[in-house]
Amino acid sequence: MLIEPRQSVSALASALAPVVAIMATLALCSVLIIWTGTPVLNAYYLLFKGAFGSGFAIKETLTRSIPLIFTGLAVAIAFRAKFYNIGAEGQLYCGALAATVFGTGLITLPPAVMIPFLIVVGALAGGALLIVPVLLKTRLNVDEVVTTLLLNFIVLLLVSYLIEGPLRDPGALGWPQAASIIDQGVFPKLLARGRLHAGLLFAIIAAVLVWAMMKFTVLGYEIRAVGYNPKAANFAGIRVNRTVIITAMLSGGLAGIAGVSEVAGLKGYLTLDLSPGFGYTGIAVAMLAQLHPLAVVPSALFLSAVYVGADAMSRAVNIPTYIADVLVGVSVLAILVSVMFTRYRIRWN
Amino acid sequence: MSDILDILLTAGFWAATIRIVSPLIFGTLGELICERAGVLNLGIEGIMTVGAMAGWMWVYQGGDLWTGVLFAAFVGAIFGLLHAGFTVHLGLSQHVSGIGITLFASSLSYFVYRMLLPNATTPPKIKPFESVPIPILSDIPFVGEALFTQSPLTYLAFLTVPAVWYVLYRMPVGLAIRMAGENPMAVEAQGINVLSIRTGAVMAGSALMAIGGAFITMSWFDAFYFGMINGRGWICVALVIFASWKPGKALIGALLFAGLEAMQVRAQQVAGAAIPYQFFLMLPYLLSIVAMVFMARRARYPQALLVPFRRGERI
Repeated sequence: MLIEPRQSVSALASALAPVVAIMATLALCSVLIIWTGTPVLNAYYLLFKGAFGSGFAIKETLTRSIPLIFTGLAVAIAFRAKFYNIGAEGQLYCGALAATVFGTGLITLPPAVMIPFLIVVGALAGGALLIVPVLLKTRLNVDEVVTTLLLNFIVLLLVSYLIEGPLRDPGALGWPQAASIIDQGVFPKLLARGRLHAGLLFAIIAAVLVWAMMKFTVLGYEIRAVGYNPKAANFAGIRVNRTVIITAMLSGGLAGIAGVSEVAGLKGYLTLDLSPGFGYTGIAVAMLAQLHPLAVVPSALFLSAVYVGADAMSRAVNIPTYIADVLVGVSVLAILVSVMFTRYRIRWN
Repeated sequence: MSDILDILLTAGFWAATIRIVSPLIFGTLGELICERAGVLNLGIEGIMTVGAMAGWMWVYQGGDLWTGVLFAAFVGAIFGLLHAGFTVHLGLSQHVSGIGITLFASSLSYFVYRMLLPNATTPPKIKPFESVPIPILSDIPFVGEALFTQSPLTYLAFLTVPAVWYVLYRMPVGLAIRMAGENPMAVEAQGINVLSIRTGAVMAGSALMAIGGAFITMSWFDAFYFGMINGRGWICVALVIFASWKPGKALIGALLFAGLEAMQVRAQQVAGAAIPYQFFLMLPYLLSIVAMVFMARRARYPQALLVPFRRGERI
């Protein structure tokens, strides 16, 4: 068996790769569904219905896709430069922390200024968390995977301490949570009823901006060059370390905005369970989108649908909600293989 | 300061250190073997989770403890085979494959656990490994209680260190593994199949990782909780770097780390009110990062780490 590079990567194949990956994922996970005793097609129908079957469901799916778009963008930018930022979860919480510190009464500004202010502050906080890992990588060649990961645990513990202590909301009847974001900082709702908020617009704008940056600016070119071949990029005169640092700041910033969006847009206040793993799911979002910023949006929608649908499905039939996490994990592996086939061909000798 | 010395003088502290170090030894040695062969295995967190669940579930369903450990190792090896398939045979990104395996393995563990125990609100317990006092040695005051009255899996962990050293440094297959991580072309030139060596190494390493996970549910605690592994797998990855990919140093690193963690639990009781407990809990992760930084300058990576081997390809 020989694995041969293809002459060219066809655009059609690239577009189909995620579809094939998703089909393969659904097929593989149907084994688990058969085990639960539920008919497979019925289960997937319930999954789909749970995500898109009613106005409420669609709104839920859209709402839950917002942080996934941000973390997906964060991971996509970073992975493009081959900077494996697994710390999106911690950066999200850092952004949420910053929004809490600045948005709960410390500073009062009119909404048109307050909301962008919170977003900027959250982005800075998220980016700041990556300063240590990225400098360790560029100066000392310390692998960023483990450092960013371990920082997630550290940040979560920090948040736990802060919301039980200094940032605790006295009016919250003993429940550990931070004070609510002031009205001027809360993201406006997009629809009269439901939880869908302006974060969706911000997320889509962010996706377009990131895409434009990657495609049309010098920085985007440098990021991609560094990702493909750092040595060649260096030879071409690109300052690799500087590019990686900027990439990390952007990546952390986007993940931080995810945190701001969840606190200021969805929940209104910071709790420890703000994120059920959005940072990690962002990796799956980015991979399914093949690291393309615009594709992150439908990818995030799809994965959000998986989670929302699985919740609904588990209420209807007795399939544990963890099926959603299994689907996500398998989809990461499936897209990895699927993309390989767009670039390589297997020759059986 | 005197509090710390007081803690160091209790046998309980040392016993706890030895207990905490056992899964770290398995995990670190497992990852060490994988990386020595040239494959970064970021699936460690998921493999430890699945090993913990598989071993525990085997015993819960009526199996015997030691066969449970073997079953956990087997399950770990299967996930190792999966990782090796993606990274060694297909040459895909080792980072992404590892993360995918972690996501898949952990979620699969939780799913299977929930399927087999749908109504358990409090996690059911099994009868875990009992600590086995080593005759004569365990009667030595202080040392006996601390070091020689431990679970059989702990003794196994400590025995695994010289075993791995021997295999890696004194046996031909170990030489092949080390060379596969430094210069696979040289291995190929000897007529040894690099892909097979790497696959075997990853499977063996993953089996060890899974045993490390099983230790936590079958010896340390007696039930399986969600989020049980709690980042220990990632700490093992950091420890491998700290250990410069050597088994002996891996043991030292793991012991240092376990000692600090055991200290942290006891220091909480002493300094309890003054410093919030979260900061003590942060220490293991902070120290892992510090350990990596410390060794980073002098780290001599296996030269072929993260580089897929494609037969016939010129460098």
